Amino acid sequence: MRALVWHGKEDIRCDQVSDPEIEDPRDAIIKVSSCAICGSDLHLFHNFIPAMMPGDIMGHETMGEVVETGSGMNGKLKKGDRVVIPFTITCGECEQCRRGNFSVCETTNRKKELADKAFGHGGAGLFGYTHLTGGYPGGQAEYLRVPYADSTHIKVPDSMSDEQALFLSDILPTGWQAAVQCEIEPTDTVVVWGCGPVGQMAIRSAVLLGAAQVVAIDCLPERLSMAEAGGAIPINFKEESVIERLNEMTRGKGPQKCIDALGMESHVSMSHPDSIMDRAMQMMLLENDRPHVLREIIYVCRPGGIISIPGVYSGLIDKVPMGMAMNKGLTFRMGQTHVKRWTDDLVRRIEEGQIDPSFVITHSVGLEEGPEMYKVFRDKQDSCIKVVMKP
Amino acid sequence: MSFFSNLKRNKSDPKVISSGPSSLSSSDRLARNLGWFSIGLGLVELFGAHRITRTLGMEGQETMVRAYGLREIGAGMMTLSVDKELGLASRIAGDGIDVVTLGAAMHRDNPRQDNVAIALVLVAGVTLLDFIAAGAARGRHTRRLGERRDYGDRSGFPKGLSASRGLAKEKARALLG
Repeated sequence: MRALVWHGKEDIRCDQVSDPEIEDPRDAIIKVSSCAICGSDLHLFHNFIPAMMPGDIMGHETMGEVVETGSGMNGKLKKGDRVVIPFTITCGECEQCRRGNFSVCETTNRKKELADKAFGHGGAGLFGYTHLTGGYPGGQAEYLRVPYADSTHIKVPDSMSDEQALFLSDILPTGWQAAVQCEIEPTDTVVVWGCGPVGQMAIRSAVLLGAAQVVAIDCLPERLSMAEAGGAIPINFKEESVIERLNEMTRGKGPQKCIDALGMESHVSMSHPDSIMDRAMQMMLLENDRPHVLREIIYVCRPGGIISIPGVYSGLIDKVPMGMAMNKGLTFRMGQTHVKRWTDDLVRRIEEGQIDPSFVITHSVGLEEGPEMYKVFRDKQDSCIKVVMKP
Repeated sequence: MSFFSNLKRNKSDPKVISSGPSSLSSSDRLARNLGWFSIGLGLVELFGAHRITRTLGMEGQETMVRAYGLREIGAGMMTLSVDKELGLASRIAGDGIDVVTLGAAMHRDNPRQDNVAIALVLVAGVTLLDFIAAGAARGRHTRRLGERRDYGDRSGFPKGLSASRGLAKEKARALLG
């Protein structure tokens, strides 16, 4: 089969690879009908996430049709079913899964020893990600083996198109979880930093959840135009002061709820000297991530506020004002998305026409164009916001 | 140490049979090679300063050569990073400094004048490669004006924005597990 394979930093290739096979009774093989490039794939593209190996298959936003199952499905999945595959692999049985903390499933990371060494206690296995999360082959391919498939799937109604359903795998529940974690009140101002795909979903989620006003921060006009269409007040941080604007909008008190939908690769600009310091430290391998946005959020957030972090951070960050956060009594909520916690509700909302996630797709291409699209997406060329591939 | 042995691919995972075209362009590869060259040269300048100054008839200027070595290593690291344009720009600036320094050593009193001339030619060649790589990187990574689309018609709310505000507010708190 064909698959997008990681060969090193900035080196993705559309390779011919051997087909996946059933290895366990709980496995299923799906024929991929649609898959997408996620913003966090760019962290792998840039080799900022440790423990990738040449030959790893990329991709964790995937859907398709079941073509083969193991013997342990217990009637939950059968050949011909149309499914979205959540990026977190879940057993559905461990203590964390039973609590709904699916992204920290205790069973599915097949390299748990490695993850425990790096994180103290590792989380769930993830598709197409680092070997710290199991090193499972990803779904930017023609076929995907889904481990624990009886639990790791979302059945999709025929009435829903691939474009509407695909983002149930990651960015829609990620944006939704980010907004829900903010415990939005009708008087709240919710600010979303980063108007990439997750930011766009977080904006729509905050609007649906009834925020008084939603503010979107970015520097790319096309992304801000999409954010504004979704009900956000746009701030272009290259043209105006984020802090001054947010204070104006909140009578000088700051926003109650802040969402960091950007994570480890903050924009580097001369007007933000700390971002330059971060980039230099990152180059010298003195810190993993660039936390400029996190610093700004802690500074502008209203005392007693909530900071929700769906953006990916990989390791060590420097000069984060913890004293400021502590004295303001801020609450931090973060983590990989507990996809399955939200999917029943989100499937219903898509079916009822409350939200149509396909709005975010700007590019739809074949799998063989994937390597080029990684660069287009990374460089934000051609107004690219979300790439969907049809293998 | 057993956790290190875990960093390997499972035998049953799909394996590459044949490789397709890479996202890494030839100019990216050139930049990468220049980055490693820069680090290598920097290490030579840092630890072999005496030999370099002797070869070029510039005895007594070892400290300056070591400083240039540090500059090369910094530029090399930048060139190997995702901000390769910045690294290549700093390499070009460094090439300029090297040319001026070698030019100053290119006088009749210098018994190693021939070696300086060879070094100048080498620097000129590398500078040409730096310009080629920098131009290609700039062209590849820069967002071009006029390609920005307006997505103002993409609300994502089939019922419309006004009707969608607060549609899920009853669920907001109940859903927080």
